[in-house]
Amino acid sequence: MSSQVHGAQKFDQAKRNQTVFSEEAMKTAQTIISRYPEGKQKSALLPILHLAQAEFGGWLSPETMDYVASILNIKPVEVFEVASFYTMYNLKPVGKCVLEVCQTSSCWLNGAEDIVKYIEKKLNIKVGETTKDGMFTLKVAECLGSCGTAPMLQCGASYHENLTYEKVDAILETYKTEGKLRSYTDLDYKNTL
Amino acid sequence: MGRKLLIHNETVPNIHTLEVYRAHGGYASVEKALKTMQPDQITDEVKKSGLRGRGGAGFPTGMKWSFLAKPEGVPRYLVCNADESEPGTFKDRYLMEKIPHALIEGMITSSYALGAKQSYIYIRGEYFYVARILETAIAEAYAAGLLGKNILGTDYSLDLSVQVGGGAYICGEETALLESLEGKRGNPRIKPPFPAVAGLWGCPTVVNNVETIAAVVPIVNMGGEEYAKIGVGKSTGTKLISASGHINKPGVYEIELGITVEEFIYSEEYCGGIRNGKKLKAVVAGGSSVPILPTELILKTAKGEPRLMTYESLSDGGFLTGTMLGSGGFIAMDEDTSIVKNLFTFSRFYHHESCGQCSPCREGTGWIEKILKKFMDGTANESDVDLLWDVQSKIEGKTICPLGEAAAWPVAAAIRHFKHEFIEIAQKKKFVDVSHYDRLNKLVKA
Repeated sequence: MSSQVHGAQKFDQAKRNQTVFSEEAMKTAQTIISRYPEGKQKSALLPILHLAQAEFGGWLSPETMDYVASILNIKPVEVFEVASFYTMYNLKPVGKCVLEVCQTSSCWLNGAEDIVKYIEKKLNIKVGETTKDGMFTLKVAECLGSCGTAPMLQCGASYHENLTYEKVDAILETYKTEGKLRSYTDLDYKNTL
Repeated sequence: MGRKLLIHNETVPNIHTLEVYRAHGGYASVEKALKTMQPDQITDEVKKSGLRGRGGAGFPTGMKWSFLAKPEGVPRYLVCNADESEPGTFKDRYLMEKIPHALIEGMITSSYALGAKQSYIYIRGEYFYVARILETAIAEAYAAGLLGKNILGTDYSLDLSVQVGGGAYICGEETALLESLEGKRGNPRIKPPFPAVAGLWGCPTVVNNVETIAAVVPIVNMGGEEYAKIGVGKSTGTKLISASGHINKPGVYEIELGITVEEFIYSEEYCGGIRNGKKLKAVVAGGSSVPILPTELILKTAKGEPRLMTYESLSDGGFLTGTMLGSGGFIAMDEDTSIVKNLFTFSRFYHHESCGQCSPCREGTGWIEKILKKFMDGTANESDVDLLWDVQSKIEGKTICPLGEAAAWPVAAAIRHFKHEFIEIAQKKKFVDVSHYDRLNKLVKA
């Protein structure tokens, strides 16, 4: 595959050779693939990209996408065109915790902009940037379906709702102390029923 | 108290488990359908019920089902649209999170009616944790013989699984959803053929919203005619409304279609009025795509009749003085809200979410956001209002899917009813946003 396919990111064959799912992740991938009729394994692409993003550092490198293509027996460009279409896939490295603050109508009506400004100041980064320690990336997101509990932010699988500055402090503190990669596939999401 | 059919058990502890769900009458519709009814009888009951698609379009569900092609030897699919992404809408998330088995029960009964042997729930990627909840519930249903081979000892078998999306509003459009389910970019397909003829992997497919499928459960249990007795005219049954914005009690409410908008906003049973003693300024009644209405037009029609929470009453007066029930995403704004700024958040959303396939939408949504940004920056001229009107008028009806309309309608409605706000910003060359500070400060103090 050519490096042009992946824009700015370069393809590294040595890294590609080391890109392999853990046994557990491979089992999950096989379970996902088995949900579709024979020959339709490409349908598993979106869920498997989520799995790959969680497995390989929170973003999809050219090597990761090439690996996913090999699992599903499709062309690498078929992976890239999907990964570049959907907002949840990161095509460049991000912090361990990606904070996505919803900014659409109901969240804006309830002070989402203030939450964004507060996090920018507290972490000393702007929207789209990552902290120097690689811990946090700040993003804004479009409607996440939490309008009745606005303002809110998503981090990995967790929805943090009815935000206040104090809640933001506590959330950042917790994630920093845990210090681990947060993914959409996390089982230990912090939502309460 | 209005009658509830979908979330009547919402406060029962552990209602998300199969055991508790069944103890409260859960899966009765599966028993009844599989053991005592022919598939077509269920479609007939759904037709009699008058149920209309709860995702936003309001198309009669029974009719949609009856369009499903049934060629010999070709699989048919039922796909649940759980890609809830319309700003202001969070009812499906609430239902799936609280009572996941209500959706699974509806999926089994509906799949049986349609002759599907394999069904999928396509859920927006951001709801990943909700997908986990559904998957846990599905595993419980398999273990109890409610899914898999020979369900409840009958000769009907069904496999059901969940697929998460990747974050794209457009995948709520049913053909984009099918593309995404096939592992592709969510570009809507040209229709015809409709999914009922050529859907998932080219096979006949029905795509229904979460709430629509959940509503099949009470319809089978009580019968279509009984269900149709609830509501007014062609707006039958109950509807989940996601209420947000400047109200005292945001949340998901199940209403009987036909209550007045005034009751919904001001009664203690529902929104509990506008918070901080403020006055209501405007309402977006059915998700971001539907026209915004000022207080006087949302409470009463142009004819002076009380506006009801029904498909017909909300659209009374067309787009000149009416709106739509849409997805039931009900956003109320108080007197301090800038309608222009709210529109800016919507338009930024649509620009972000346009799939880029059709030029009028791809370019138009960008233009709209850019012009509105000028208003936000205080650099807009009065002529920019006309430009905005011109751009939005060139999108509607010129795109493959309704995202074009969805992006254009809110712009048109904001200018139609609140043109003076645009003019004021243009004249003052300054925009001051005072609308949202109270809320957050109040929370901080509390």
